[in-house]
Amino acid sequence: MRISTWLGGAALCAVAGSALAEAHMTDTSDARIALSNNYAGNSWRQAMLQSWEDVTGPAVEEGIVAAADAYTTSENQATEQAAQIQNMILQGYDAIVVNAASPTALNGAVKEACDAGIVVVSFDGIVTEPCAWRIAVDFHEMGRQEVEYLASRLPEGGNLLEIRGLAGVFVDDEISAGIHAGIEEFPQFEIAGSVHGDWAQDVAQKAVAGILPSLPEIVGVVTQGGDGYGAAEAIRAAGRDMPIIVLGNRQDEMLWWQQQRDESGYETISLSIAPGVSTLAFWVAQQILAGEEVPKDLTVPFLTVTQDTLDETLANTPEGSVANVEYSLEDAQAVIAEAQGEM
Amino acid sequence: MNFLARHRIVLPIVSLAVLLAATFWMQPRAMSYFGVNLLFNLAVPIALATIAQMLIIMVNDIDLSTGAFVSLAACVTATLLNDAPLFGALVLAGLVLAYAVLGAVIHALALPAIVVTLGMSFVWGGLALVLLPSPGGASPGWIRTLMTVKPPLVPMAVVAAILIAAVTHLLVIRSGIGTMLRGVGGNARAVARSGGSVMRLKALAYGLAGLFNVLAGMALVGLTTSADANIALRYTLLSIAGVILGGGEFTGGKVSPTGAVIGALTLTLAASFLSFLRLSPDWQIGAQGAILILVLTARLLFTRRSGPA
Repeated sequence: MRISTWLGGAALCAVAGSALAEAHMTDTSDARIALSNNYAGNSWRQAMLQSWEDVTGPAVEEGIVAAADAYTTSENQATEQAAQIQNMILQGYDAIVVNAASPTALNGAVKEACDAGIVVVSFDGIVTEPCAWRIAVDFHEMGRQEVEYLASRLPEGGNLLEIRGLAGVFVDDEISAGIHAGIEEFPQFEIAGSVHGDWAQDVAQKAVAGILPSLPEIVGVVTQGGDGYGAAEAIRAAGRDMPIIVLGNRQDEMLWWQQQRDESGYETISLSIAPGVSTLAFWVAQQILAGEEVPKDLTVPFLTVTQDTLDETLANTPEGSVANVEYSLEDAQAVIAEAQGEM
Repeated sequence: MNFLARHRIVLPIVSLAVLLAATFWMQPRAMSYFGVNLLFNLAVPIALATIAQMLIIMVNDIDLSTGAFVSLAACVTATLLNDAPLFGALVLAGLVLAYAVLGAVIHALALPAIVVTLGMSFVWGGLALVLLPSPGGASPGWIRTLMTVKPPLVPMAVVAAILIAAVTHLLVIRSGIGTMLRGVGGNARAVARSGGSVMRLKALAYGLAGLFNVLAGMALVGLTTSADANIALRYTLLSIAGVILGGGEFTGGKVSPTGAVIGALTLTLAASFLSFLRLSPDWQIGAQGAILILVLTARLLFTRRSGPA
């Protein structure tokens, strides 16, 4: 009798245990999360840090986590960030969210953190160490979608001008590869010319002004962000018809788009990554700490501005900044669920 | 001469001890085998680079290419040495030799070292980029094992620091050739008159510096597991600061290997300490500089007081 009661109790415990595991209800109110950032010197990074503060502040107040401290290294150097991560291990954080200075040079420090039982989530600047999670942007898909949009607007196709980013940087290669994949998919388009705009309006303007005289009629411009307004200025100065320029969510680009729309009904699309991806990384870290089974590689959706959302987005974007979106716990759960489906 | 002026090693030791005590007080978790290792393991390559810088400062020159050269050594280690150990080792040996030749050339043509090394830093940086255009490579297993070894009682970082200090102390302070080398910094003409070849000695000093820089690059890759062409750019200024913090002087061959190692440890610890303070990054560089100035002021005050009198 006694033994059977004991066994029954044990069985009940086991059932309760498994139910708990399934619900992923581990409490994270004692958990402390740190943000390791290597650079704060441009508008994108500033917006990223601001988003982190705006989202993690209330999360701490509500007691979802105990702390969410942001650290930025004083110099943009991988060795310094490695030391910063090692310090975070000593400070006893439960999770480290990192935007890495180098995809590989932090691997030693990241491994130390993993070995100490710390959850490491990298985003934007991701790390290759297998024990860390990666929230990457699908730049390839971003390039492909640009061409896809143009195909929906211009079914008969035509010549395109491609503005690339900074030569030799991974992001530039990825977006450009995506654009070329899009061209293969929609062979009615042809890239008539390609220049490097270095993601800066002034550089793009000069480069486009230089190549324009040698080009046939252009129906569309595919860009990488930060270069659309410069291209528009160069084309206007040359007295050509304004092609469809795919924009990159910068405030000056969207302002120009709004003016053009009001004057002549200009239509286009704008896409880029939102700096608020830091908040997605925060929630992913929180979910991992809560016991959620999260795949190591996640893809972050990029932020698209369309004709319908232009006014609203522009109104919410500070002058000289980038359109932003902050992620909620539900958004993070949706991203995780999607990745789990692919597993 | 008072006590501090006679024993210039005392001040660096006191600085490190004070900083260490403050760090432990702020972050008690650091006061463990694991914690001390995390605090100091990235100081090991910096200590090696600081010794290299010290060897150059010892002969009255200064090396502005440390950062680029260590980065190059790291890139070679993560690529060539890993894929083809023999060839990689040859390349690293070639780099050491190049440093020795540089020393000889600087002396023979009476070129200012500051200009030559600044120029060479672009050459090293370019070579590193050719070798590793985007971050990557992998650490050879044995270096990784060596840098993550867990000796009993005392963590690897401390053992390594003591080892580096002991070996270089014997080499520079105790050995006959070390005395000659310091003589080049103190009075090159006297060395020449007494029958020593200053050119050969300078080449030796630079060659040894190259060797320690290569070791720094290898140690760094062992810790990070991979390399990129910019990985060690900060080492130029860190190594110079480390030498001075450790009681060395820019002229006269007055250097202290033990002090240099302690200087490197102090600089690394200062950065961690400021991070534990949660100081805003905008202030951190300034604060790091302030710590440096504080130590140097203390040294000046103590040595001045004892003065020539």
